Amino acid sequence: MADKREPERPVLKNCLRAFLVGGLICFLGQTVQELFVHWGGFDKKQASNPTVAVMIILSIILTCLGVYDKIAQWAGAGSAVPVTGFANSMASSAIEHRSEGLVLGVGSKMFKLAGPVIVFGVVAAFVIGILHLLFNPNATGGH
Amino acid sequence: MTLLVVLGAALDGIGLYDPLIDFAGAGATIPITSFGNALVHGALKELKTDGWIGIITGIFKITSAGISAAIIFSFLAALIVKPKG
Amino acid sequence: MLKGHQSLIFENRPVITAAATVVGPFEGQGPLADDFDRIHGELMLGQKSWEKAEKALLEEAAQLAIDQAGLTKEQINFYVGGDLMDQIISSSFAARTLAIPYLGVFGACSTSMESLAIASMMVNARNAKHTLASACSHNATAEKQFRYPTEYGSQKPPTAQFTVTGAGASVVSQQGDGVVVTSATIGRVVDMGLTDPFNMGAAMAPAAVDTIQAHLRDLRIEPGHYDLIVTGDLAKVGYELACDLFEKHRIPIHQTQYKDCGLMIYDFDRQSVQAGASGCGCSAVVCYGHLLKRLRKGEFNRILVVATGALLSPISYQQGESIPCIAHAVSIERGDFA
Repeated sequence: MADKREPERPVLKNCLRAFLVGGLICFLGQTVQELFVHWGGFDKKQASNPTVAVMIILSIILTCLGVYDKIAQWAGAGSAVPVTGFANSMASSAIEHRSEGLVLGVGSKMFKLAGPVIVFGVVAAFVIGILHLLFNPNATGGH
Repeated sequence: MTLLVVLGAALDGIGLYDPLIDFAGAGATIPITSFGNALVHGALKELKTDGWIGIITGIFKITSAGISAAIIFSFLAALIVKPKG
Repeated sequence: MLKGHQSLIFENRPVITAAATVVGPFEGQGPLADDFDRIHGELMLGQKSWEKAEKALLEEAAQLAIDQAGLTKEQINFYVGGDLMDQIISSSFAARTLAIPYLGVFGACSTSMESLAIASMMVNARNAKHTLASACSHNATAEKQFRYPTEYGSQKPPTAQFTVTGAGASVVSQQGDGVVVTSATIGRVVDMGLTDPFNMGAAMAPAAVDTIQAHLRDLRIEPGHYDLIVTGDLAKVGYELACDLFEKHRIPIHQTQYKDCGLMIYDFDRQSVQAGASGCGCSAVVCYGHLLKRLRKGEFNRILVVATGALLSPISYQQGESIPCIAHAVSIERGDFA
């Protein structure tokens, strides 16, 4: 009965918005990466690391300004999925829990939302590493 | 987000994420899926050079920049700004 | 006096001699802004944390109510209050400042009527000369405790509700000038198995209907006995569901006006609040600020206020439990209407 009264989520509209914002953020990232390649002297593969760091800093600045959550209500997954969403989750948790002190507040609560991403990422990488070790003859190279 | 990280890790596990990066550039390195990719990359690279212990020593090698930046700047943010609600 | 199974008639007619409401900036931009005693311009209320701000909000409302009643803190016998915070710290810390013998209660968003019912019971039974009842909530403290950090970019679904930043407090006395609390029905916990904490209105609607049904049955009256029946914070989704349930249980709600505080406090055209308002403060400020004024003006003679609460915690939800809900009803009448 409750399902009947639940308003339909505007899925198509949300997907389009997410597509737009997600694309824009990646486009911005690509621009930053090109800058690192042409002016920073990095090669394409190396440039992705500082690029990600720059995007993270940008996202944290927007979080500080109180703007990231407003963008997110419009963009949905478009702003949550890029690594900017990851940075926003950490910065917002840290800022929110400052009132509980630096150690117990900021320190322990910073990973409240980002924790699962790191935990599952690491566990997945470990499992894949073990699988490669067991089944991939090229995995362990010359010592 | 957690699901996407694992997806990125899995794709790199079967060697499909690198071609995606060659094709899409930042379109593949910016989403959180690339985080999973980087974790696996680090593990496999160290596995090649250091043997089985490399799986554990290598995981955070590549993602160090991202995670360190996120921690350091989130901490600074908490010192400077108050939440706006 | 006990009437029926779970209702009480207050034959000694306890009077609400004062009621005060203090709200935040968002509520001050809504259609009921003129009915609130004080509107704060910023969410932090000049305090160092959201939690301290909520406490300040409540202390202000409590003090205003006591002043309005022409009393001092020392003349109030008991203080019954609650809020949404863990260990109801907002009310406990306000009680520390007020130094009034304190009964802390937790009914989630039904706390306003739960506290008013208990306060009225004490005064009616001549166990107190004056009691203070209050309920409060704050948008940021609720988001921080139940959902996500306030700066986190998560997209709220259309069923989500916006927690009111507001505190409502009332002084109930054995006699005096003001509206009269005539009866109360204490609700049972109702759980229809709904699990989405972002759609609490739907979870709470069955509890509201259950309590209203019990009230009508215990007192042997029809909905038409009241000029207005208003629920606490069912908002858009819950309100429609409640209407469906009234029909299903053949309760002739159309005999009277049926409204919901969660739909009254914000302007849906100008304020982005998804399905509507929620929080202990919602029913508290709408009832004490807006509805009591309309009662006194004579727009209504008798109203039934049914505050609704969702009794979940972040842990119960994470452990896969459904959302048990409750609703408490209090009937309030114009003083000179007999």
